[in-house]
Amino acid sequence: MIARFISASVTILFLATPAWANEQRSEHFLISHAWSRATAPSQKVGAVFMTIATNGDKTDRLIGALSSAAESVQIHGHTTVNNVMRMRQVGGIDIPADGDITLAPGGLHIMLIGLKAPLLENTLVPLVLEFEKAGTLEIEAEVEAPGAKQASSRAPAKSTESHGSSSGHRGHKH
Amino acid sequence: MQRKLFIFVFTIVVVVFFLGAWLNLRVVEPVESTPVGGMAVNVSIGGPFELTNHTGARVTDEFLRGSYALIYFGYTFCPDICPTGLGDIAVTLDELGDDGGHVIPVMITIDPERDTPEVLADYVPLFHERLVGLTGTEADIKDIAEKYRVFYRRFEDPNLTFYLMDHTSFIYLLDPKGRTVSMFRYGTSPEEMAGSIRKHMLSRANTYQTQFGSPP
Repeated sequence: MIARFISASVTILFLATPAWANEQRSEHFLISHAWSRATAPSQKVGAVFMTIATNGDKTDRLIGALSSAAESVQIHGHTTVNNVMRMRQVGGIDIPADGDITLAPGGLHIMLIGLKAPLLENTLVPLVLEFEKAGTLEIEAEVEAPGAKQASSRAPAKSTESHGSSSGHRGHKH
Repeated sequence: MQRKLFIFVFTIVVVVFFLGAWLNLRVVEPVESTPVGGMAVNVSIGGPFELTNHTGARVTDEFLRGSYALIYFGYTFCPDICPTGLGDIAVTLDELGDDGGHVIPVMITIDPERDTPEVLADYVPLFHERLVGLTGTEADIKDIAEKYRVFYRRFEDPNLTFYLMDHTSFIYLLDPKGRTVSMFRYGTSPEEMAGSIRKHMLSRANTYQTQFGSPP
């Protein structure tokens, strides 16, 4: 019984953290699945998404970010009022001590403003996160397909399945 | 006397509240769920238009006749919501397989000032090789947005050097006759949209068979 419990726990652990998961650790944080979307040359903005967790029991607050890929960087969130989507700058994002915060499409994101060059799929975007207590943290975000909804590192392994269209990979994983 | 006044004022407040709620619901929720998925459209949504496509050609709604269409209103200076919506449309077409060929994906900008045909030409192929980008004058866009009951508004923050757009984010399904037959809320999964489109296609094919005896 105990053996089965341990075996199940180990299995769950492995499922939860695949070997190739995109994780970036620092003394204070675990940043996982940092990703962005490819952009067109005319597009001057991009968004970066990720999951931020603290290493330990201290809360913190993400208060800003910088990137050499963009002229400026802001933290944005969405509100929906009567089906109208409003994207607005937010002052910061609280990181809980005992959990994590996920920045994802339709919610919070780090907005890259004034892209110096288009973001190309399968490249990395450098980003410096600024926290209220822990100071700065340098990370890199993987650039996914333009219409991707999550990091490919988060998707299940059988992600190469195609649905017949000639235009192929667009970041949707099954 | 005071009591009567109170009742009078209270009644007015209640009536105004419910009238407001009703008007609000009427404008925002012109649709309701049906078994075919998405939302059935029980008021007139959509209508004729003349806009400029991403190749610079002037087109009317006639170019959509004979095919289904999935129409999204958005803007390119939109890093999150619009790519998600357009990505979902592309995946929906993939989900439909060969039937996806009978659906024209369309993005109509609500930001014609920045979204010129050139900007759209640069943007639309990122999502799907057949995605059609449409823009026009401010008046053109205002007209079609009213027809589709799309709300959009420029938001200017004095701290920013650019403006953002607040907008409704539905995906509209048009049938081959150009009638809006369904609306999908932001966040509807591509699987659900594809399922709904298939049901519309099937129901149309069945209707045709009943009327004319053989498939088109």
